[in-house]
Amino acid sequence: MLPARFDYQRPETLEEALFLLDRYGEDGKILAGGQSLIPLMKLRFASPAYLVDINRIPGLGDIKESGGKLVLGALARHNEIADSDVITARYPLVASAAPQISDPIVRNLGTVGGSLSHADPAGDWGSVMLALGAEVVVRSSSGDRTLVIDDFLRDTFTTDLRPNELLVEVRVPAPSPHSGGAYLKLERKVGDFATVGVAVQLALNDGHVATAGIGLTAVGPKNLRARDAEESLAGAEPGDAAFAKAARLAAAAAQPQSDVRGSADYKRHVVEVFVRRGLARANQMAKA
Amino acid sequence: MATEATEIRGVGHSVKRKEDDRFIRGKGTYVDDVKLPGMLHMAILRSPFAHARIRSIDTSKAGALPGVIAVVTGELMAQHKLAWMPTISADTQAVLATDKVRFQGQEVAAVVAEDPYIAKDALELIEVDYEPLEAVVTPQRALEAGAPVIRDDKEDQKDNHIFHWESGDKEATDKAFAQADLTVSLDTFYPRSHPAPLETCGCVADLNPATGQATIWMTSQAPHAIRTVFALVAGLPEENIRIISPDIGGGFGNKVPVYPGYVVATAASLLLGRPVKWIEERSENLISTGFARDFYMKGELALKRDGTMLGLRASLLADEGAFHADAQPSKLKVGLFHIVTGSYDFPAAHVVADGAYTNKAPGGVAYRCSFRVTEASYLIERLVQNAAYELGMDPADLRLKNFIKPDQFPYRSATGFVYDSGDYHRAAKLAMEKLGYDELRKEQERARDEGKLLGVGMASFTEIVGAGPSADYDILGLKMNDGAELRIHPTGKAILKLSVQTQGQGHETTFAQIVAEELGIQPEDVKVMHGDTDNTPYGLGTYASRSTPVSGAATAMVSRKVREKATKIAAHLLEVAEEDVQFEKGRFFVKGAPDRAKTIQDVAFAAYTNFPAGTEAGLEGVHYYDPPNLTFPFGTYLVAVEVDPDTGEWNVRRVVAVDDCGVRINPMIVEGQLHGGLTEGFGIAKMQLITFDEAGNCIGSNFMDYLLPTAWETPRFELGETVTPSPHHPIGAKGVGESATVGSPAAFVNAVIDALAHLGVRNIDMPLTSSKVWEAIQQSSAGAPAG
Ligand SMILES: Cc1cc2nc3c(=O)[nH]c(=O)nc-3n(C[C@H](O)[C@H](O)[C@H](O)COP(=O)(O)OP(=O)(O)OC[C@H]3O[C@@H](n4cnc5c(N)ncnc54)[C@H](O)[C@@H]3O)c2cc1C
Repeated sequence: MLPARFDYQRPETLEEALFLLDRYGEDGKILAGGQSLIPLMKLRFASPAYLVDINRIPGLGDIKESGGKLVLGALARHNEIADSDVITARYPLVASAAPQISDPIVRNLGTVGGSLSHADPAGDWGSVMLALGAEVVVRSSSGDRTLVIDDFLRDTFTTDLRPNELLVEVRVPAPSPHSGGAYLKLERKVGDFATVGVAVQLALNDGHVATAGIGLTAVGPKNLRARDAEESLAGAEPGDAAFAKAARLAAAAAQPQSDVRGSADYKRHVVEVFVRRGLARANQMAKA
Repeated sequence: MATEATEIRGVGHSVKRKEDDRFIRGKGTYVDDVKLPGMLHMAILRSPFAHARIRSIDTSKAGALPGVIAVVTGELMAQHKLAWMPTISADTQAVLATDKVRFQGQEVAAVVAEDPYIAKDALELIEVDYEPLEAVVTPQRALEAGAPVIRDDKEDQKDNHIFHWESGDKEATDKAFAQADLTVSLDTFYPRSHPAPLETCGCVADLNPATGQATIWMTSQAPHAIRTVFALVAGLPEENIRIISPDIGGGFGNKVPVYPGYVVATAASLLLGRPVKWIEERSENLISTGFARDFYMKGELALKRDGTMLGLRASLLADEGAFHADAQPSKLKVGLFHIVTGSYDFPAAHVVADGAYTNKAPGGVAYRCSFRVTEASYLIERLVQNAAYELGMDPADLRLKNFIKPDQFPYRSATGFVYDSGDYHRAAKLAMEKLGYDELRKEQERARDEGKLLGVGMASFTEIVGAGPSADYDILGLKMNDGAELRIHPTGKAILKLSVQTQGQGHETTFAQIVAEELGIQPEDVKVMHGDTDNTPYGLGTYASRSTPVSGAATAMVSRKVREKATKIAAHLLEVAEEDVQFEKGRFFVKGAPDRAKTIQDVAFAAYTNFPAGTEAGLEGVHYYDPPNLTFPFGTYLVAVEVDPDTGEWNVRRVVAVDDCGVRINPMIVEGQLHGGLTEGFGIAKMQLITFDEAGNCIGSNFMDYLLPTAWETPRFELGETVTPSPHHPIGAKGVGESATVGSPAAFVNAVIDALAHLGVRNIDMPLTSSKVWEAIQQSSAGAPAG
């Protein structure tokens, strides 16, 4: 497990980091938690000539609420998110997903920004952010761009990021008062990527569904939004019938493949079961 | 000189492990910790193809990389007659491929460089021109007419068939089946798994060109046997070969074979005159070194309507990979698989086995298993459980009805083993009581009524360990006997040297306790040494739970030899006749006058200062133990699971494990061994799999794909014990290192099957992923239950 030769820089400021990214272009790679990049380098699937370690940049990992949004700094670690009081109190979907990512060792280092930038279709944060309708802010020496998560996650391990851009923060709209959310994950053991993951967010208004967000993990080329399912719920009366219908539509939207984790049929079925269960759970919270 | 009555912490004491101090403080010495002046580093280029002809290998670019000292190919090895080596199953294995590659991950070339990074970089510069051939990935395909012949290097090999082997009495078994009211059969596959020790394999080879001395630090469970093999393969004089197995980070059978990397590193050191280190990467360990299992098995039971077992047939097809490199006694082609009659009193049994070459990694090692007893135990325990469903009996009742009875021991099995001792009913009943078996069965009924799935799995295994008696057991002609050498120094402290090699079993503690028991020297005063062929007696090493049965017995015997001499010296010191001296717990005293005594320490001092005329100075001895029989540990494991009918996920609710391994030397270490083995059994049943796609690509080549259970998902274990001593072992011990890996997979699988049995489900091949469980429910007669 020995990586190829690389050079290493550890900028102390964001400006310095952006300068280095400009300079290295395609040859440079940002190092955040290293929980995806380092294994790839050790397997020699990736051999970047330069690593730009952003871990010492102050403030890049802050977690705060501002302007009606939850703002997660790119360097916010999975564990910090799991432990955040703001999140536990107001963002149940985020709170339930964080502790289900891998194991404590990975969670201590892995970051939300790194996870989204890595764009692994089996990564959990992508589905969570899809269900929540989050935005990401990316920055380069020429300025900021704000993208909705759907546009950011383009394909398998592919985002809209340019080589000189750095994801700086993720913005999650604050949920309305009558809402709930949950992340359901099937894994073979602790530390394993999802066989299937489902993120569900539900907001009620006057006894009807106002909005619903459903993101699917590990059942397609990227994290998928189950749009038909979401739309079927809008305005519907929350309950078994509407949830079962949405679950069927979400299963239909999944594009799973058979592998050692399970057959495609099985994964599709689990999407259906999890969407149904997730909606029921979210509905309980929303009504409470 | 009267002594204080301090308790001797011999057999039966949970003495803390002496070795843990250095491990916990990071002061152990593993092979990778060995650093010699001028040492070079080796990396191995491996085949990306499962089956391909090598057209050419161009090493010029790799050789030109600064820091590269040498690039070794099969051609170079062939010039030194080292391109092929013998396996422990008397086949041949390519050291570096010359003609073809025969599995993905096979060794093709090696780079020796100034540092390991350069060696790795240079691998990418070696250009190999391959002509891909059809990969044979199942033994069924391998045995079809027209399948590509994998071993075209062997002149007489015209197909992929390796061996046919039978045991038991076919005629008697056929007769039993003809008389049966009912026959039950089970087709099942015990998939390929891997021991995956935390420390991968490796060596540091240091051949001194001036003296001809070869010193090789090696991750080996069997350093003495390896030394002999090296002498035979490389033609080096055996007295000049010193194999040192320092601290070993887990073996589980993976570190028994000789691997090509050892041979190439040794050859490279010989050619270059400098020490060469080779340490495997994780993926290399998983894709190329000794795997385990990979048995397709069919079992058939002949039964009377009342559940009486009349006969057993077992047939199996073994996937051996590209080279037949099983670790097993020479005379036995599928090891001890014919123990498949298990804990039951079968009048007749017949076993048929065939082995085939495939384009997969070689080396069916006994992963924490005594030579294939794991597969055998799995087959019989799964089959018996299924038979109960067909009979409409409770699986526990069917077992209790057919167990060999306590008064039948020593018991001769239908395939010819003589079981030393056992009380299967007692262990099973204790386990059932601890679990609350009857209550759980009632709860299961209620749960089913509510559409919930609850299952109870049972496995009552019989292990077979301690190979073995010289008449029947050898490896490449070397009798499976082991030695122990004991020397007591003047101050009464001892050194015990063993031929076996600990890899985490705690030998430094338990073997010291055996000496403590026999001689009354406290375990902390007995230093246990092993793993250095220059400094320990000969023996075949540690695997197959043989250390305690063989070397442990040798330790007791040598202690007794030393005690005999000590008694003579004590008599001299006490000025009485030898017959008047009695020994107890470290004290020699005059019969009838227990106050007139000398301690073992007094005697040890006298052995060098004041020994009787006509006696040699010193207090030491050596013993090689030839076990009169194998030992047969046993036990009953019970597992309760809940299955989610919607997703097929299953969770373990309880695990009760009652083991009888005879006398327990160190109960704490025994429990540690059981916890480890149960965890491995759980992993095998639930998540572990080395599998291959149609092209022979190995899936399961890293720990993201090949799953090891963590403390998180591993269930809690509730242990229990019964003690039925081995009548032929000097201290009545039987060995316990493998019981739990042998016995537990069937218990976990039986539990899941039991949860689904009422739906008609009778088999799911391991690992029981939630996907497979769900599919079994879908395909069952009842289809998906409401949920
Ligand atoms: C054993 C194991 C199990 C895992 N299991 C899971 C799991 O179950 N679920 C899950 O979701 N994840 C899992 N992961 C991945 C883990 O969550 C990673 O932390 C995450 O994918 C990447 O985050 P990181 O901070 O470690 O990024 P790094 O590894 O440092 O970087 C990943 C990629 O993103 C780029 N990058 C990083 N930060 C930025 C940024 N701010 N702007 C632009 N580009 C950036 C890097 O250049 C690199 O290409 C697992 C990882 C391991 C090792």
